[in-house]
Amino acid sequence: MAILGSINPLLTVGLDGDNAWRLADYVKRGGYTALRGILAEKVPPGVVVDKVKKSVLRGRGGAGFPTGLKWSFMPNYLPVEKYVVCNSDEGEPGTFKDRDILRFNPHAVIEGMVIAGYAVGASRGYNYIHGEIWEVYKRFEEALDEARAAGLIGKDIQGSGFDFELFAHHGYGAYICGEESALLNSIEGKKGQPRFKPPFPASFGLYGKPTTINNTETFASVPFVLNIGPEAYLEAGKPNNGGTKLFSVSGHVNRPGNYEVPLGTPFSTLLEMAGGVRGGRQLKACIPGGSSAPVLPAQVVMDCTMDYDSISKAGSMLGSGAVIVMDETTCMVKALERLSYFYYEESCGQCTPCREGTNWLYQIIHRIEHGLGRPDDLDLLRSVTTNIMGRTICALGDAASMPVQSFIKHFQDEFAYHIEHKKCLVPPEIQRAGSGFFKATF
Amino acid sequence: MLSTESLQKIDREIAKYPPGQRQSAVMAALAIAQEELGWLPSEAIEFVGNYLEMTPIAAYEVANFYNMYNLKPVGKHKLTVCTNLPCMLSGGVDAAEYLKSKLGIEFNETTPDGKFTLKEGECMGACGDAPVMLVDNHRMCCCMQPEQIDKLLSELE
Amino acid sequence: MLDIEIDGKQVQVPAGSTIMEAAQASGTYIPHFCYHKKLSIAANCRMCMVQVEKAPKPLPACATPVTNGMKVFTHSELAIKAQKGVMEFLLINHPLDCPICDQGGECQLQDLSVGYGGGSSRYGEAKRVVFQKHVGPLISMQEMSRCIHCTRCVRFGQEIAGVMELGMAGRNMHSEIQTFVGRTIDSELSGNMIDLCPVGALTSKPFRYSARSWELSRRKSVSPHDSFGTNLTVQVKNNRVMRVLPRENEEINECWISDKDRFSYEALNSSNRLLKPMVRVDGALREVEWNVALDYVAHGLRDIVKNHGGDSIAALASPRSTLEELFLLQKLVRGSGSDNIDFRPRRRDYSSDGKLAGIPWLGMRIADIRNLESVLVVGSFLRKDHPLFSQRLRQLAKVPGNKISLLSVAGDDPLINLHQHVSVAPGELPLSIAAVLKAFVQISGLTTSVDLSDVEVSEGCRAIAESFLGSGPKAIFLGNVSEQVSCAGQLHALAQELARLSDASFGFIGEASNSVGGYLAKAVPDRGKGHNAYEMFAQPRKAYILMGIEPEFDCIDPQMAVGALKKAELVVALSTFKSNEADMYADVLLPVAPFTETSGTYVSAEGRVQSVSGVCHPAGECRPGWKVLRVLGNLLDLPGFDYESSEQVKNELLPEGSVFLEGLSNDVALDIVPLSVSRQGLERIADVPIYFADALVRNAESLQKTRDASAPVARLNPATLKDLGLAANDPVRIIQGEGSVVLNAVADDTVPRSSVRVAAAHASTAALGEMFGTISVERA
Ligand SMILES: Cc1cc2nc3c(=O)[nH]c(=O)nc-3n(C[C@H](O)[C@H](O)[C@H](O)COP(=O)(O)O)c2cc1C
Ligand code: SF4
Ligand code: FES
Repeated sequence: MAILGSINPLLTVGLDGDNAWRLADYVKRGGYTALRGILAEKVPPGVVVDKVKKSVLRGRGGAGFPTGLKWSFMPNYLPVEKYVVCNSDEGEPGTFKDRDILRFNPHAVIEGMVIAGYAVGASRGYNYIHGEIWEVYKRFEEALDEARAAGLIGKDIQGSGFDFELFAHHGYGAYICGEESALLNSIEGKKGQPRFKPPFPASFGLYGKPTTINNTETFASVPFVLNIGPEAYLEAGKPNNGGTKLFSVSGHVNRPGNYEVPLGTPFSTLLEMAGGVRGGRQLKACIPGGSSAPVLPAQVVMDCTMDYDSISKAGSMLGSGAVIVMDETTCMVKALERLSYFYYEESCGQCTPCREGTNWLYQIIHRIEHGLGRPDDLDLLRSVTTNIMGRTICALGDAASMPVQSFIKHFQDEFAYHIEHKKCLVPPEIQRAGSGFFKATF
Repeated sequence: MLSTESLQKIDREIAKYPPGQRQSAVMAALAIAQEELGWLPSEAIEFVGNYLEMTPIAAYEVANFYNMYNLKPVGKHKLTVCTNLPCMLSGGVDAAEYLKSKLGIEFNETTPDGKFTLKEGECMGACGDAPVMLVDNHRMCCCMQPEQIDKLLSELE
Repeated sequence: MLDIEIDGKQVQVPAGSTIMEAAQASGTYIPHFCYHKKLSIAANCRMCMVQVEKAPKPLPACATPVTNGMKVFTHSELAIKAQKGVMEFLLINHPLDCPICDQGGECQLQDLSVGYGGGSSRYGEAKRVVFQKHVGPLISMQEMSRCIHCTRCVRFGQEIAGVMELGMAGRNMHSEIQTFVGRTIDSELSGNMIDLCPVGALTSKPFRYSARSWELSRRKSVSPHDSFGTNLTVQVKNNRVMRVLPRENEEINECWISDKDRFSYEALNSSNRLLKPMVRVDGALREVEWNVALDYVAHGLRDIVKNHGGDSIAALASPRSTLEELFLLQKLVRGSGSDNIDFRPRRRDYSSDGKLAGIPWLGMRIADIRNLESVLVVGSFLRKDHPLFSQRLRQLAKVPGNKISLLSVAGDDPLINLHQHVSVAPGELPLSIAAVLKAFVQISGLTTSVDLSDVEVSEGCRAIAESFLGSGPKAIFLGNVSEQVSCAGQLHALAQELARLSDASFGFIGEASNSVGGYLAKAVPDRGKGHNAYEMFAQPRKAYILMGIEPEFDCIDPQMAVGALKKAELVVALSTFKSNEADMYADVLLPVAPFTETSGTYVSAEGRVQSVSGVCHPAGECRPGWKVLRVLGNLLDLPGFDYESSEQVKNELLPEGSVFLEGLSNDVALDIVPLSVSRQGLERIADVPIYFADALVRNAESLQKTRDASAPVARLNPATLKDLGLAANDPVRIIQGEGSVVLNAVADDTVPRSSVRVAAAHASTAALGEMFGTISVERA
């Protein structure tokens, strides 16, 4: 069981026992009442969209875009096939909440997607599931079979006349497919290369048809929004940041795992829930929203509350809610080197600044880490990131640049030390202790 | 090229997509072909392409884009270790080093007995369970401390 | 129309335009690499970044639609900074060795880096190395490290050529443009990728390192191959053609040319060129001076006329000859008292001769093809016969609702999104059009006087008829096969009837660069008087003048033609190349200049008159054909041969400044005979492979190494093979008349059951007879 703690949870209530993911269990927890209600009462789709708008449910995939607003962009009046797509390609380093939602509460996602289909006039949906979590993909297919057998997806759902087919599609190892337009290309059987926007998916999405795409957690939250009502949902969080959110806490904490807390919960509370910094060591830094979000030094993050606005004010992003905790044993150059390698490796290769720039960034940081840094390397890094940011087809360019900018901004001394002394400020044996892998030795 | 069983599986995948969108099944079809053959020789990629009415190069682009396809033969078991930052903070790199020294190979190499191929992986979306390893693409192993790694290696036939 | 401002300049552009299009319309240059007006937008190079008022970030001009009142700055600090940033990225992994790069001097990256590149590189790491690939004889991928990943070549294949042969495999900075494991690039339009490549990654294999771009002089020309009238730029150095490139003409070839147009120039420089006149002396051809050769010809012709009468002379010209050559040749023949002149050597049926209301042509302007909604092409190997015409249809077929159908004798994939593809044996083509006609009559309720009672309507023919019911613009095009088969006249008349009823345009795609011009030049026998191209061999003559033609390859029945030539007293060949066959039958070889070495005129399928001047001096002792004929006319004391220039010849035929020919009409007064299939044995289907279609391509070395130039095989339906007790890949003996050849049998289920497909125009099948005649196959 990887949901390790919560405060006033919605999504993760009652997920004990091996069968929590089963339809029967979900129904016992009140599952599918929202969908059944809508269909039975023939609630107009516009009303469903308005409720989601009112709840200020913001996208849980990274950008935090208001979900109801996104749904309202769908050209409901157009008599063409429309699609609902769920983004379960969770690959942003530090993020592992969608995996647990799919593992323990897949029917919440299914229900959310069917409701979304109803609201935006779609009759087909796909859930794109990260290839590396194959067992979860298989389980989701089983959950789909259950839902289909129970008449919750398919033709004429619950005798309402509403048809909605839902399928799972698996990835096979490409981070970029988490970017929504790359994901659509990937479903179409192409390389997962992002598309230039506009047009946005709402007008030109899957197979060129209007498409709504949301994150797993976003869809999973929808039944709860409707069950408790939009006002109560908004209340559960804080103004402009409706509801609860799952935070994936990883790195140097005693109890890494997922925690569901109301948006606006202090960072310090979350850190405490996760058992505090491993081995009682000093917190050094934290990436509060997945590897693409700017890093925050300990003193800054300790003053934050975990919601879109507070984190943004502190100079970072809530992103996907992946909290990567780094303690004093961390070498910030090495940490950045690994992240930069990731973006370089995962760049789709399509547009020039990202393809060439992510490689260049990695090369520079790699040489600093390996004692070959040059005095003007930090300026060069800054300049290369400005040449990438805002000039690429998708946000991977920005995602690769923000860690670089924030690491060298907040930990400039450490980088400078590296360049000057050709070695790490944090002694290797201390670094080695941090991971806790070789328990016997340290 | 592929067994009837594999073809049936591929047909099931094709059925997920609207008529005229056979190509959508290419990722699944390549995965199915790989499961049967152990890796994807170019004939298999071409076969899948033809089956889905794609040009061979279009299928090849897909096979080359996603990391989990084996474009070269691999050992009996492929072990992919996540070394990305969150895993690294909790021993991902150490686990990889441990495996390298135990197996006597580097990343992208196969043990002389053809049993294990070691790969470096990117974030698998399970960072809370670090160190994380993927066995043969489809089996995720979590919290891989030295004892767990030893146990896994001895279990794998 | 939207009003926008670009760099302070007011511009009006249609809604839906991009900033790039608006800028180009207003004469503002925005640097770019991946953008190309004929390709889809990729927006991947990011070079075209511009500033837009109120936008916080620079935007790619190629992909950003304009909005009313938009203010665009292409040279603001923000824009320039973005452009320079991108340029730096493009250069970090690009070899900076312009002085030795084949693209040097015509490289967009080199040009732009002068304006946007930094002084010295801030990139100190090792550059990416990309290994070369082997993709066939035409395109070199030796220097793939230069690739900037603009994907123009990939998009060209997908969108213009209709087949994705190149892809970008892999990801991140290691993605590479490549074909599927070890494959060659085989598209007949492939060379355009060389032009599209903005750097020196894809280069022309035949041209590589043979010249620097600034050493070349550029001259205008027109393709002498198919009937499209493709505009060319021919590049010359030291009186040698070094390269052929497209000359953009939106009304004709747009910015494309076929590989045939591009690479056939190699033949011009081949060692197989005939450079000196030759005369048969004591059984062997010997080089002689021009005056000797011409005297020989004049005397020979005079003697034959004197002894046997004018009718014993015949002249056959290539439809790729210039208008002037064709006109003078017929004048010479008629002046000698003969009417045996023709320029349609691959024709079998001449029943429409004398019944035509005008000169047969495409029936419409090429540029108007884009407006058509329904098209039926009858009897054509589309891609290989007419690469650029097919390209136009390919684009047309992408418009939703448009319906393009093909009624053919082979299942070759035209790479066009076809509405219907019906493939039948050649002899059944009239029945199939009749079936379309019958279905059309049934559905529309219109009436026809054609007796269709015995015609059965297949589903495919009905669907074609349905596509012709709408009121939008429609056309029926008759391809080369339709003109070559023995039922050509009937096809013509049936197509005319279908066009009349359905209010469609109809016409002939035309085989060669002067398929229309030859009629204007009167290079056809007057009805009832002379022998046509078939009859002149069926009823052998004493003397033949061959112009630009190799009968063993270019005639409908090479066996019969060569037989007649061998028996003739005098065979004079005006030719650009030596040939082994000519050694057997020719008595005189006169070296005439190819299209690059003479002035002359071509009238294309759409009736467009295009005159070219020679781009270099004739090689060796070659002379322009019109001059040779003029001198011959003089030597024979024929009146009206005092031309001083080819223009004078042309002016006799055309009003000055003609752009399009007058007097074009496809109307034919031909009765449709009762339709039935009478089949004896197997029917031959003879395609003319693209790189064997004329003497120029046959002598072009690199084209001869392509897949399309591989040796012919015998293609049979697997059922036919079984009937004959043969197995696929068996060697089989193919027999026609007295000739037979041994080929490999290939099972091909697109070949109609009663047919055998054996290509014409190839040395290995030259011993055979009629292209669409009966044929037998037996175990070899
Ligand atoms: C490089 C990149 C990777 C992304 N990865 C993910 C991801 O793994 N999961 C996800 O839900 N969204 C991801 N996104 C965001 C999606 O593009 C998209 O905004 C999101 O799925 C929308 O859902 P939401 O509105 O519910 O958040 C990624 C974006 C980028 C640019
Ligand atoms: S993509 Fe790039 S090159 Fe292409 S036009 Fe746009 S920005 Fe330019
Ligand atoms: S960083 Fe390893 S699973 Fe996420």
